[in-house]
Amino acid sequence: MDRVGHEPARGAAPRPGWGWAWRMAWRDSRRSRKRLALYVSSMTLGVAALVAIGSFRENMRTAVATQARSLIGADLRVSSRERFSEQAEALFTETFGAELGAERSRLISFSSMARFPGGAHTPAEQRDAVRLVRVRALEGEYPYYGTLQTEPAAAAHTFREGAAALVDAAVMLQFDARVGDEIVVGRRSYSIAGTLLSVPGESAASAMFGPRVYLPLPELDPELLVRGSRAEYQALFRFPPGTDVDSLRDEHRPFFRENRMRANTAASTEEGWAEGLDNLYGFLSLVGFVALLLGGLGVGSSMHVYVRSKLDTVAVLRCLGTSSWRALSVYLIQATLIGGLGALAGAALGVAVQQVLPRILADLLPMDVAVSIQPAALGRGIAIGWAAAVLFALAPLLTVRRVPPLRALRSTHEPRRDPLRWPLFALIALSVAGFAYWETGELLVGLGFAGGVGVAFGLLALVARLVSWVVQHAAPRRGPYTWRQGLANLHRPHNQTVLLMVSLGLGTFLILTLHLVQYTLVEQLALSGGGNAPNVVLFDIQSDQRDDVVRLVEDQGLDVRQVVPIVTMRLSSVKGRPVTELRNDESRETPNWVLRREYRSTYRAGLVDTERLLEGRLVAEPWVADGPAPVSIEQDIAEDLGVGLGDALVFDVQGIPVETVIGSIREVDWRRVQPNFFVVFPPGVLDAAPQFHVLVTRADGPGAMAGLQRAIVSAFPNVSLIDITLILEVADNILGHVSFVIRFMALFSILAGTFVLMSSVVVSRSQRTEESVLLRTLGATRAQVTRIMNVEYLLLGLLATLTGMLLALSAGWALSNLVFEQPFTPSWRALAVTPVVVCGLTWIVGRLHSRGVHQRPPLAVLRGES
Amino acid sequence: MPEDPILTVEHLGKTYGSGPARLTVLEDIGFELSPGQSCAIIGPSGSGKTTLLGLCAGLDQPTTGSVRLAGTSLSGLSEDALARLRGVEVGFVFQSFRLIPTLTALENVMVPLELAGRADARVAAGELLERVGLEPRASHYPTQLSGGEQQRVALARAFVNRPRILFADEPTGNLDDRTSEIVVDLLFELNADRGTTLVLVTHDDAIAARADRILPLKGGRLVSPTTAPDPHAPATLTT
Repeated sequence: MDRVGHEPARGAAPRPGWGWAWRMAWRDSRRSRKRLALYVSSMTLGVAALVAIGSFRENMRTAVATQARSLIGADLRVSSRERFSEQAEALFTETFGAELGAERSRLISFSSMARFPGGAHTPAEQRDAVRLVRVRALEGEYPYYGTLQTEPAAAAHTFREGAAALVDAAVMLQFDARVGDEIVVGRRSYSIAGTLLSVPGESAASAMFGPRVYLPLPELDPELLVRGSRAEYQALFRFPPGTDVDSLRDEHRPFFRENRMRANTAASTEEGWAEGLDNLYGFLSLVGFVALLLGGLGVGSSMHVYVRSKLDTVAVLRCLGTSSWRALSVYLIQATLIGGLGALAGAALGVAVQQVLPRILADLLPMDVAVSIQPAALGRGIAIGWAAAVLFALAPLLTVRRVPPLRALRSTHEPRRDPLRWPLFALIALSVAGFAYWETGELLVGLGFAGGVGVAFGLLALVARLVSWVVQHAAPRRGPYTWRQGLANLHRPHNQTVLLMVSLGLGTFLILTLHLVQYTLVEQLALSGGGNAPNVVLFDIQSDQRDDVVRLVEDQGLDVRQVVPIVTMRLSSVKGRPVTELRNDESRETPNWVLRREYRSTYRAGLVDTERLLEGRLVAEPWVADGPAPVSIEQDIAEDLGVGLGDALVFDVQGIPVETVIGSIREVDWRRVQPNFFVVFPPGVLDAAPQFHVLVTRADGPGAMAGLQRAIVSAFPNVSLIDITLILEVADNILGHVSFVIRFMALFSILAGTFVLMSSVVVSRSQRTEESVLLRTLGATRAQVTRIMNVEYLLLGLLATLTGMLLALSAGWALSNLVFEQPFTPSWRALAVTPVVVCGLTWIVGRLHSRGVHQRPPLAVLRGES
Repeated sequence: MPEDPILTVEHLGKTYGSGPARLTVLEDIGFELSPGQSCAIIGPSGSGKTTLLGLCAGLDQPTTGSVRLAGTSLSGLSEDALARLRGVEVGFVFQSFRLIPTLTALENVMVPLELAGRADARVAAGELLERVGLEPRASHYPTQLSGGEQQRVALARAFVNRPRILFADEPTGNLDDRTSEIVVDLLFELNADRGTTLVLVTHDDAIAARADRILPLKGGRLVSPTTAPDPHAPATLTT
């Protein structure tokens, strides 16, 4: 007898060890490794985003920790909105200076107009240019840590020695000014000693709010600091080494608080920064995580197709005696290994992206960030990516457990659905919430994020289904065959239409929403300064200058729209309870800023056209009676304060308590460019209080604007002028910077979507190849087959775009109306460009990866060699 | 004394669906096979041949009746217990070969041995591959083999763990006549060599004629019970 092999132990069940599963996984993967690698590629981008952001946070932390003192430039900074009191001066000079040996600098910063007379090199039309700048009058050796970077470098010190100035690089460029030229601030003129490049603790973006001009304090025109002007006073100290500055600050905290002064040390600044960083990090990493989830979906769907191609193999293995778990383990091993490789590749990509991040964020950061590889962040990104790959692959892999061995006899036997998928879905949802909680440290955010992601994905899937249902049912029954076939391909069995629409749609949705909201905000600002609306605001006009300024504006041929008196004050009690007591009350719901803020109020007899009376009435005549004056309060702040009609408020008007009672509540349209107020007093109460005036007018064209600016600056140097068009540019610029960062992150989602597209095209290639061969056998030309594919990809891109655009429009509308309270103004250009870009991308990716579909000879395909 | 039957089928029935959509595929089938016997299930398309084969091999659960395979009753066994039983006692040959496309010819043959945890899988599989004449093609993948070669690999895989019973579903259904002959010769030779019981589903009367026993199916029932029930007969019809 021809005996081969050996007698196995009859009756003993064969129990293959893990070794078999590993060997089988290895052998089985040999011919599909490239395919598997492509499947996980969709998640490398998510891992890359997480690794890059995580590493960058560590780099930032290190930078903040090592540069904390130069963020503030001193050991201690005390700042106030008012001139320091005698008591404060005594504390600074006697306790800090004489006793503790601290060095001190003073800095006063305020907005003012600056004039650039220009030099011989300046073109005529640029001479005598005027613009609003942020003046910083400095005395002392500040900054003690870090340096003012100037060109030439020595200017950072020399400007303090005479009537010299440092001027922000942006302004130097704008007016073609050079070192040695003149700058006029107030009634004094200074020689420009150098160009200001950077200030420790300030990002480049902060200069956009107001270009900085440093002047020596002793040389400042005292007229600029008249009462009522809005200036910030700072005292900056350097203590001898070994001084415990934080305890010192804590010791004097009650005094600072009482006098409305803020005190910061390097440590408290670092803390503030660390908190801000954590918020930024939390946000960015969630955006990155969305890319990872998209990738996860891609992995899930590719594995679904992969598993379908393995059903027959599994059925045979089951016939040959493999248990269901053992069969599953073969493919789970493959998914785990390839997922690990994908995560590693993602981490490598992340390290590359990390090198770019500081450059992208450079303008928003107040410090230099050294890039270094962070093993912890690397490990974390790999672990999360790996776990996500396995979890998302597991859902389709569970099918393996339920493949009936009978399928080996008849391939019509489909696997049943595994009930284990429900606990698995729960585990995935829990992991998403857990991740968000871990990243942000807030349970509510975690749940909200998981819920939000669920809703967004659900909505996208729903809209995608809806759109494809409509396409299917509204599909033309006539028309060219290639069109109908391309359309029909979208709902072929095991199609990936919904998945692709979700992934491409999500990317479109994220990016387009950001763009639409930014556009709406900027457009709104533009509208508010456009038409015949006022576009110039003059402020800091003193009472004795009021009539002269009005005359000057009228002499320029401009029309004075409004002149409003403004009195600054603070709240001292609400409904009989002192504010100091309220601020210490832990149980209160009133936000701190409402109690602390400086109220700039006006007095008048009626409403203006941006206001609407909700409750009560305004006093029409000057209030001369005794007792509290009836004031009108804006509805939102009334809500924040928890007050209504008849409630008592006491204001501290520059040292004098003024008792009031709420006589009316108003709604205010804050969007209009004109002075709006939280609190309006009746005439007769504040008339004698220290006050300044604001004048609103409109200047058409750059000539009128420049003329007005020059006239104001030479006649009233303390008066500042805001050109709304300039504000518009600044707002656009800042929004642009912030949204660029967000768009950069959203780009990961789009790219992840593209990867999902690539893998799904490759996955369905064999099906397409068979179709193509069949069609060609039936007489279709190559051109026809190509046209069918073109139709399919273009439609897919179009449907994905439509889905994303529909959601972006809804989200943009909701954000504009509910969050920013602006009428939604969609950008038609963006809406027109988006479908072109997304369709183009889909088509290119689809076509690139369908190469080879035509090249296979029909016979090879029919023989099953595809 | 005759040996205990390797396969006992009693009152076997299979019905799909319920109510008016109810479809009875097999009804009241009964027979026994002794070790080493060969038997051909024949009948027209749709007569329930493959369903009967699947039930006998424990690939599906019957609606009524019972199957006893190699001394073990299949009713009440879990999917995994059935798989383990198949791993030890059963070999399969399919109409469409069903080689695992990602494994080479040799590796396909090794699978049952490896599942049984045999350390000599490679040597034993190589010897059997030689026996079917495909040793030179051991490292080829199924797509690189012709249909006849693929089926010979499948035969080697079916016999390699020395199963006591082998089920073959239309083993020549996808092959031309000349190749069929080679495969069928091999099938019967190996069957005889190793004393394996063979259950064969076929359309081909010539192949059926080579079996010890023929079970003709029609409309889900066994027909032409020409022989009276006799426990000593090699194959016994009990209908």
